[in-house]
Amino acid sequence: MAAFRSNIFMLAFFLCGFSVFVTGDVQTNQMNVAETVFIDNVPTTETDASPPSVTEQSQTAEEKRLWEGTEVGTNLADGASDNKVDHVHDTMQATDAPPSPPAKDQTQRFAFDERIWEATNVEINLVEDAPPIRDKEADEADHVLDTMQTQDFPPPSTAKDQFQEELVIKPLHSGDIYASFQFRTQWDTDFLLGSKVSHYRLFPKSLGQVISKFSVRELHISFTQGYWRTMQWGQPFLPSPPGAELWVWFQDTVTDVDLAWKELTNVLSGIFCASLNFIDSTNTVQPSASFKPLGVGNVTDQRFLRYAVLPREIVCTENLTPWKKLLPCGSKAGLAVLMKSEKLFHSSFHSQALHIRPVCKDWQCKSTSWELRQTLNVVFDLHTSGQGKREWSLFKMFSRTLTEACPLASSSKVYVDITDNPQGELFELSPATPLVSQAVVLGDGRTYSVYDLTDHATFGQTHSLNVLLRWRAAESGEMLRPLLHGERYVAGYGLQTGEIHTLVYNNHPYRAFPVLLLDTVPWYLRLYIHTLTVTSKGRDNKPSYIHYQPSKDRLQPHLLEMLIQLPPNSVTEVTVQFERALLKWTEYTPDPNHGFYVGSSVISALVPSVVAMDTNNTQERPLFSSFFPCKEESTYFMRIYTEPLLVNLPTPDFSMPYNVICLTCTVVAVGYGSLYNLLTRTFQVEEPSQGLAKRLANIIRRLRGVPLLT
Amino acid sequence: MGLLSDPNRRRALTNLLTRLNAPICVVCYLAGVMWFMGLAFEPFTLRTYMSENAMGSTMVEEHFPAGERALATGREFAAHKKKVGGMPVNWLVKTMESRGLEVFTQSFTRKLPFPDENKERYLVRGTNVYGILRAPRASRTEALVLTAPCSQGNANNQAVGLLLGLAQYFRSQVYWAKDIIFLVNEHDLIGMQAWLEGYHHTNTTGGDWSPLHGRGGSIQASLSLELSSDVITSLDLVLEGLNGQLPNLDLANLFHAFCQKIGVLCTIQGKLQRNDWESTSGYSHSAQTMMLMVLKQASGRPWGDHGLFLRYHIEAATIRGINSFRQYKTDTTTIGRLLEGMYRKLNNLLERLHQSYFFYLMPSLTRFVSIGYYMPAFGLLAVILLLRALDLWVQLGASAPGTEDGLAEREQDPRFLPLLNKLVISHMTGVALYCLPVMSQEMAVQHFPVSETEAVVLTAIAIYTAGLALPHNTHRLLQGEGTEHGWRVLKLVALLYLAVLLGCTALINFSLGFILALSLVPIAAFITPPLSAAIMVLLSPGCTLLYCVLIFQELQETPVSLQDGWMLFLSVISQGILDHSLYGSLVYPLLALLIYPCWLLLWNILFWK
Repeated sequence: MAAFRSNIFMLAFFLCGFSVFVTGDVQTNQMNVAETVFIDNVPTTETDASPPSVTEQSQTAEEKRLWEGTEVGTNLADGASDNKVDHVHDTMQATDAPPSPPAKDQTQRFAFDERIWEATNVEINLVEDAPPIRDKEADEADHVLDTMQTQDFPPPSTAKDQFQEELVIKPLHSGDIYASFQFRTQWDTDFLLGSKVSHYRLFPKSLGQVISKFSVRELHISFTQGYWRTMQWGQPFLPSPPGAELWVWFQDTVTDVDLAWKELTNVLSGIFCASLNFIDSTNTVQPSASFKPLGVGNVTDQRFLRYAVLPREIVCTENLTPWKKLLPCGSKAGLAVLMKSEKLFHSSFHSQALHIRPVCKDWQCKSTSWELRQTLNVVFDLHTSGQGKREWSLFKMFSRTLTEACPLASSSKVYVDITDNPQGELFELSPATPLVSQAVVLGDGRTYSVYDLTDHATFGQTHSLNVLLRWRAAESGEMLRPLLHGERYVAGYGLQTGEIHTLVYNNHPYRAFPVLLLDTVPWYLRLYIHTLTVTSKGRDNKPSYIHYQPSKDRLQPHLLEMLIQLPPNSVTEVTVQFERALLKWTEYTPDPNHGFYVGSSVISALVPSVVAMDTNNTQERPLFSSFFPCKEESTYFMRIYTEPLLVNLPTPDFSMPYNVICLTCTVVAVGYGSLYNLLTRTFQVEEPSQGLAKRLANIIRRLRGVPLLT
Repeated sequence: MGLLSDPNRRRALTNLLTRLNAPICVVCYLAGVMWFMGLAFEPFTLRTYMSENAMGSTMVEEHFPAGERALATGREFAAHKKKVGGMPVNWLVKTMESRGLEVFTQSFTRKLPFPDENKERYLVRGTNVYGILRAPRASRTEALVLTAPCSQGNANNQAVGLLLGLAQYFRSQVYWAKDIIFLVNEHDLIGMQAWLEGYHHTNTTGGDWSPLHGRGGSIQASLSLELSSDVITSLDLVLEGLNGQLPNLDLANLFHAFCQKIGVLCTIQGKLQRNDWESTSGYSHSAQTMMLMVLKQASGRPWGDHGLFLRYHIEAATIRGINSFRQYKTDTTTIGRLLEGMYRKLNNLLERLHQSYFFYLMPSLTRFVSIGYYMPAFGLLAVILLLRALDLWVQLGASAPGTEDGLAEREQDPRFLPLLNKLVISHMTGVALYCLPVMSQEMAVQHFPVSETEAVVLTAIAIYTAGLALPHNTHRLLQGEGTEHGWRVLKLVALLYLAVLLGCTALINFSLGFILALSLVPIAAFITPPLSAAIMVLLSPGCTLLYCVLIFQELQETPVSLQDGWMLFLSVISQGILDHSLYGSLVYPLLALLIYPCWLLLWNILFWK
């Protein structure tokens, strides 16, 4: 995979080469953006007359210096003034909107101030250790000046973009801890209209160009190392299968979807340093029902959908680095500073994903904007990372603490799940935060403590935030059993046939619900589809919908999609037998005795909400609110993945093929040929042939009528 | 082949073969035996070497510290076991869970076809408890297994303690790439069979087990631990599995390498390695070790809990701690470190163990005989059958031209019909020997003052002996017998049949094939009607089994008297039948359905009139 490392740089050059905005790779691009925006933000304090609430002597001084610097920048950068004014205008509107209540106004303003203050902090940190501060500052200013002058400042764009980041920390019942990062960039632009989009601010250019070049409507890609343990950990916020998963909806204007898919996978392979170029027709399918578009739009023709999984893909830092570079702040500021690979890959589960989709621009939904969501999910293990102690902190998890929000982010928050801990009896959370947020996640009402990183008070006296969870009890209570989970294994022994068992559990005590099961099996396992059985509770369970696409050797995999009704509190077992194909000897992988992977099956379902199953009425609630069980939603969508399979195929002994081939050929040629000869011929003793002279003499004798010579 | 297509030369060759047939056969037999005995001679064998790269050069360090704590856990386990009077399931589940494993249980019920008097069980109910250590960032595709049996009495408590100690230690390590399954199985092999069948969702022997709910993907390797004392003097490696299957030789190499590294005495077949191969005693030592392996392999039964894994292509071995009266003792921490090292190396495997040999014999732990070296010994024995068959064929062919062609054709029917009868009758006897003992046990118990087990064994012996009387009884029913020609044809058929049988057996289980060939080939080769019936009976499969039992006891240095030997012989028969019905061992059906009828064919020749 290391070979792709060079690929990405080549690709970055290729994609960004014609841009005047970028001098090097993606990273510098983003940092330039950061600088320009930083300048944009400053005037808002000018319009807002209120001074920062917490001011120490040095900080104000530095702030002043910064003001100077930026003033130089803004004064000289005439080309940028339009944009700046625009932006100022926007913020004016936002802050001084007349009908808004004063309190909110106040907090908002406060937030703005704080963010700017945070932003200045970056500069301070940068220059702190250099003694001639003045010179350095001047250099900074010069640099800003340079960038302003040498690079044409982009023309005013009407497109708005915004960036949000958040981190959810969820203590799990097993004692492990689940950290989920989400970064969302939203941009009101249209890549697919005639005019080429060439100015990128927050949205990564490499992805924008991919979208416009391949007419992508939706793109979902995930890299996962490890398997999500549903029975221990509950449901993840965003499920993903082990290995790499990619599914893409193309626009209906694309004529040759297969070609676009092929090129797209190769380009993405370069962007993410992954082996996505191994996606070809033998592992690509077009599911008919399991993967519907998640964004707005009404095209659901499966011809424009491609889905592929690479279960063998190993995810490591080389995939994380390009993923981090897509963030507006990179890993320099904001929540992304926590993403140090030595800690992220010292975990039980690591999954990074990227989702691009069109979403509604406003509540009327007349036009769409593009949403890029980057997620990273990590589970830290109690025993290996936590040394067996039920005590977690940001520092223990990531070996970093938070000191600031990303200056480009419009919101930056850390959530801690305290649903099971309303009075703090389970664990102690420090520092305490007054902000609490309620949300319905996966059909379950959850309560979160919120740390707003754009609020300066969050960081307290130490200027850093290190959220600490310390358990009071040794055991955390029993986890509600996940309503839906699946597992899969290969049954049987020997290398000729086998049977794939997929078990789907419905743990709901009284509700039945349907699930969509998607199975993709490579061609070298020849499914005997007539042996397909679906049983629940010992009885045959007839799927109401079956979509089966048989495989073609070396061309396409098996695709099996079924809609199955799961009875309440049951296990549904789907079995299908297969025969292991004997590959051609060049088709074996370099490690054939390791086995061949079969990707996870996908179970998509609308699951009844667990809110209805809430039996412990310990929480103080008004009676009128708790009669009808369904609170917000009665069902919610859930997708789970089973484990991938490792199947051994009949493998020749590759250790001495030459000897084997030579010996076999010789034996066959010599032994078989002559033995066959011996068996099929009859042997007779032949009289010795006569000499030519004698034969001639005999002919003459016959003519003469004389007895012949013997 | 030009040699054979030329009639003159062919005639010369056949003449040579028929004239010198008997001497050649004798030479072959002696050469076969000599070759086999030579396999134990050290200069003729190869030194073992690690073939698998992933396990060879990679260095691992062992740090397992908690041997004493493991022993304490073992004592706690023993106390709970005594309290519950069996497997302390709840305690085990709780202990494993507290060590951070995903714990599952499996219950099973098995009704034996007849009571097992060695282990005193008939209706077996039990529970297996296993915990899975999930490897970080692994996708549940590969697993390793460590098992320890929950035995009756005080045996193997230390093994369970060490297993739990290792589980705790392994759990805090980060380098695992494969899930590790820690299994405590009840009722040794029956529990293991239930667990393996549950894991692979097969049911080959009709057991009744509850399905498993946690799996770790395809199992790559497994070790089974037996440890009954706090300190040990040596570790014994047991390789022989079901139907004589052996794990990959690299597993034995791995064990040996770590014993060397850590400094633990290691044995195979309970015999230490000796360095004095030049001396007679040194040679006889390694010959004994090899003979023990051959006898164990020929028995076709699993000699440890690992034996059942081999059917699923999982490399497995049993490590047995032995405490004898030596001075040098090894503590549990050291054994823990040894296992840690082995698991770390197995964890490094990229592919299944496949580089080294699957077919081998071991005269000592550092020497092995590969299939290429031992097969000629069997080949020399098998070629005797073919030579004799050729000789007979030529003789038959020589006598046929004497009669006229038409006459010969008319004689075809009376020539082959009685032969067919004999074949069918012999095989019917075989079927009876296979089915009746188990089926008729109730009847036997009602009519005779014996236990079920005795009934089964004695019925088997009775049917076996009754088969000997068949020639006398069947002669009267059939006609066209007594000709010289008749027995020759019968012998020809029997010879070829035996050659095919032994050839196939030796390919799957060399030891069994070789032992059967040793006893059956001489009688098959030299049997003629006047041969003494006593020799024939003495070399029959049943008697071979008796000799094997006696030799085995002798080699194990626990010689028994003939009386005890007979009792052992009876229990071996019952164990053989049980192994077949419980685990699917193929030795009993092979002997009853194929070898014994074949021997009966030869027996018929003896009473040819």
